Amino acid sequence: MIRVILPQHLRTLAQVRGEVELEVSGPVTQRSVLDALEARYPMLRGTIRDQGTQQRRAFLRFFACEEDLSHEPPDAPLPDAVASGTEPFIVIGAIAGG
Amino acid sequence: MSGVRVLVGTRKGAFILTSDGKREQWEVSGPHFAGWEIYHLKGSPADPNRIYASQTSGWFGQIIQRSDDGGKTWHQPGTPAGAPVVPGPPKSASNKFAYDASASPLATHQWYDGTQHPWEFKRVWHLEPSLTDPDAVYAGVEDAALFRSTDGGENWKELPGLRGHGTGPKWQPGAGGMCLHTIILDPSDPNRIFIAISAAGAFRTDDGGKTWKPINRGLYSQYIPDPRAEVGHCVHHVAMNPSRPNVLFMQKHWDVMRSNDAGDSWQEISGNLPTDFGFVIDVHAHEPETIYVVPIKSDSEHFVPDGKLRVFRSRTGGNEWEPLTKGLPQSNCYVNVLRDAMAVDSLDQCGVYFGTSGGQVYASADAGDSWAPIVRDLPAVLSVEVQTLV
Repeated sequence: MIRVILPQHLRTLAQVRGEVELEVSGPVTQRSVLDALEARYPMLRGTIRDQGTQQRRAFLRFFACEEDLSHEPPDAPLPDAVASGTEPFIVIGAIAGG
Repeated sequence: MSGVRVLVGTRKGAFILTSDGKREQWEVSGPHFAGWEIYHLKGSPADPNRIYASQTSGWFGQIIQRSDDGGKTWHQPGTPAGAPVVPGPPKSASNKFAYDASASPLATHQWYDGTQHPWEFKRVWHLEPSLTDPDAVYAGVEDAALFRSTDGGENWKELPGLRGHGTGPKWQPGAGGMCLHTIILDPSDPNRIFIAISAAGAFRTDDGGKTWKPINRGLYSQYIPDPRAEVGHCVHHVAMNPSRPNVLFMQKHWDVMRSNDAGDSWQEISGNLPTDFGFVIDVHAHEPETIYVVPIKSDSEHFVPDGKLRVFRSRTGGNEWEPLTKGLPQSNCYVNVLRDAMAVDSLDQCGVYFGTSGGQVYASADAGDSWAPIVRDLPAVLSVEVQTLV
């Protein structure tokens, strides 16, 4: 079970509270986690990755295990602790402006 | 019993203000989509319970919301609230606005510094529901293009003929971005649509959106190299009274303009306005020669002149303007009124509404003679539309 923490606005859109738990088959990567997230919550499609390019939106960051994974390749394996569900994969809005 | 529903988009959510035909007592609901920028909401003329909203964010991109019950509940088209979650790819793409590059290659447009810049989708500025079909709706977007949905907002397809007009490299962004902000459907001719872009100008199609022509003859803009150029003008807003679809009124960056021939030519009607810079312009619902503007001091200050919030009304189709001040602050007021933030209802005594950057929404139930705030302290208002309910 993969745990994902979304920023408040995306939790509202997806109508969820707290963490999201996802089943991911195969390698656990940014792409496979986000694919599973968007499959379960279609309303999130385009809000984290651009609809066309599938690139991370500029003002969002990906964290896990106290590391910034925003610039890791989308098919790179996520940390074992994320794959095992010990630690969550965190989508967070970058701080910009006041 | 008749009534009105005022749809207000703000920097931090949407608000719905309702009243009976007297327009004295108001109910306020919201914020809907709290924290998000709501550039525009508009109801379907064919089904007033159907309302479309553009919800947008620099962080999370574009969302389209739809209500089928007059704004009580909302959902993203194709993903109904409470529907069972089905594994697999999404069935719809209500927030997917992909330029049709196969029909019209993605050109570049002029950037602020005069260089060429790639076309990039940013947000939906304006939603214009069909006059006859609740499931059909147009979207004007930044970077400028026109999209249409025929399935209630579930899927969007560009009308590429506009972007493919060939003048795109001469279009440039205004201070707010290169936005298609005005869409006017001609009630007498379903194939005729008017649109306006900052800063490209106004365009018209007479074949349902396949081909477009610029309609900017008569505009004069000192801030572009050729002040009478075919395109490049910063048109802020255009308005039409449905009973006279060939007569258009325009608030340009500077200058208030009028066309009597569906945009083929324009004449200035700024007349005795204290300043002819502004954003909004609208037409009385029953008197097609009565028009409203809110003069703004300048393009560098973006607030009303002399600390006085005044709507100016012309009952002569322009040139002769009178200030309307009763009920509006006449000292220490420094707000702006943005281009989509004025609307009129169609009750017997025409109501006029506008919202400000200070979060006030003002209403007049007597065609502008007197005003009262419906609400005073909303987030900065981006858009105001009104539905007349019978």
